[in-house]
Amino acid sequence: MDELNKMFENLARLEIDHVYAGYGNNLILEDLTFQVPHGGQVAVVGPNGAGKSTLFKVLVGLLPVKKGNIFIHGLPLGAHQDCVAYVPQRGDVDWKFPVTVRDVVMMGRYGRLGWLTRPGEKDHQIVAECIHQLGVSKLANQPIGELSGGQQQRVFLARALAQQPHILLMDEPFTGVDISTQEVALNLLEELHKQGVTVLVSTHDLNMAAERFELVLLLNRKIIAFGPPTEVLTPERIKIAFGGKVLFIHGAAVVDECCPPEEQDNFGARS
Amino acid sequence: MIDLLLSPLSYAFMQRGMAAAILVGILCSVVGCYVVLRSMAFLGDAVAHAILPGVAIAYLLDGNLTVGALLAAILVGLGIGFLTRQGNVKEDTAIGILFTAALALGVALISTIRTYAVDLSHILFGNILGVSSGDLWLTIGLSVIVLGSVILLFKPLLIISFDPVLAATLRLPIGLLNNLLMILLAFTIVIALQTVGIGLVAAMLVTPPATAYLLTRRMAPMMFFSALIGIFSSVVGLYLSFYYNIASGAAIVLTATFLFVLAFLFAPGRGVISQKAHKSRVLRG
Repeated sequence: MDELNKMFENLARLEIDHVYAGYGNNLILEDLTFQVPHGGQVAVVGPNGAGKSTLFKVLVGLLPVKKGNIFIHGLPLGAHQDCVAYVPQRGDVDWKFPVTVRDVVMMGRYGRLGWLTRPGEKDHQIVAECIHQLGVSKLANQPIGELSGGQQQRVFLARALAQQPHILLMDEPFTGVDISTQEVALNLLEELHKQGVTVLVSTHDLNMAAERFELVLLLNRKIIAFGPPTEVLTPERIKIAFGGKVLFIHGAAVVDECCPPEEQDNFGARS
Repeated sequence: MIDLLLSPLSYAFMQRGMAAAILVGILCSVVGCYVVLRSMAFLGDAVAHAILPGVAIAYLLDGNLTVGALLAAILVGLGIGFLTRQGNVKEDTAIGILFTAALALGVALISTIRTYAVDLSHILFGNILGVSSGDLWLTIGLSVIVLGSVILLFKPLLIISFDPVLAATLRLPIGLLNNLLMILLAFTIVIALQTVGIGLVAAMLVTPPATAYLLTRRMAPMMFFSALIGIFSSVVGLYLSFYYNIASGAAIVLTATFLFVLAFLFAPGRGVISQKAHKSRVLRG
């Protein structure tokens, strides 16, 4: 058993060890411990305010941990500069900025390029492929401000892809976007699976979590359960996580909240 | 016609003035792109006013006025950043407090010096025809530093301005880069004081980039067009000043404003007229 645990640890790309996090004195995540193996795809499920976005912000270094450790490839968070990519729920950027779709996706290469190197042939090729993969090739030279919400979301997914991350975090990529963007995002997940990229996706869609993901993290400030969907998404556990906000209709769970409000953001990067 | 353009340049003071005006035009217009895109216009104006005590102290100590101005600009700029980061004071409030305090200190110091009146009007309104060759060399040196930094650090500065969240995930030193941008802005403002003076520096930082924004869709071309507009305004403004005896700073700023109005009305895609035409096309189907 010890042997097996050790093997699992070696394979783990992402290791969260007794992590506490929150804003100011307000603790949002309490004592999270879990490991995601190489290439694992995890649906992070929980009600609004469960700390899904907070977890992602911690993993990507936007919010410091209050206690505990995070290891990526066995090294502490921050030792790798470019292997975690993050797609926020709604890009908090100035949409009037004079950048085209291609410019935004190219920013995904900047982490690898360093400050002074100009993008080369290979970078342009990768950017073109990522743009193509998300079906926005026709918009490549458009300013991002002229795009629809779904198209903007795809551009940010393309940028995350261009980062060639080992770990990709997507915050509610299926919320508030058109059906075709949802479809594109799901195809992207399959493609990433083939490439062995570890993916964490937050969603409130229990059925999608059950059907499309091999691992589910049921979260409500603490970990309620973590494992394969059949083990995690049981009526009892869903009730524990969601409280009264869940209905069971013929065995299918329906959550009584569709569009999560913008999570209060105490983080001011632009100061 | 050629004679009309060349004859002013036979004076050495006009040659130096023209060189300084062109450098200031380029510098303000390029750095101004960040000022416009990051909504820092008030900050730029404040730093320009905050220079006054630095100049006054340098004058009292018999030191170099430009160095005094530079130190005051950097101190106030970083001070505003520091106050804002504490989280208790909003940025525009911090700017309002610090810049008026600095201005008041400057006025207080200057009121103790009786012979200062002439130099003071140069600081307030610029005196491009009084640019000495020493001033010009300092301007050239600072221009190389500022433009070099903007070009070399194009990528990190673009990311911290456009998407601070990406900047944080890429582990860019955001605070350091913001302070660096602040210092570049301070350099630019001090250089620009010679041509347009305290009162009109903000115009040179904002008007050419705002015009270029209406004409372009990407960052690098915006900076390039902005620089062209800055050069054109400076040169035309200086000739207007020479032939019609108008204050040089005012002539330069009014030329830039005229170009902005043209772009605002006629810019393809973003101008008022083009957007009206687009709307009526949509309405008619």
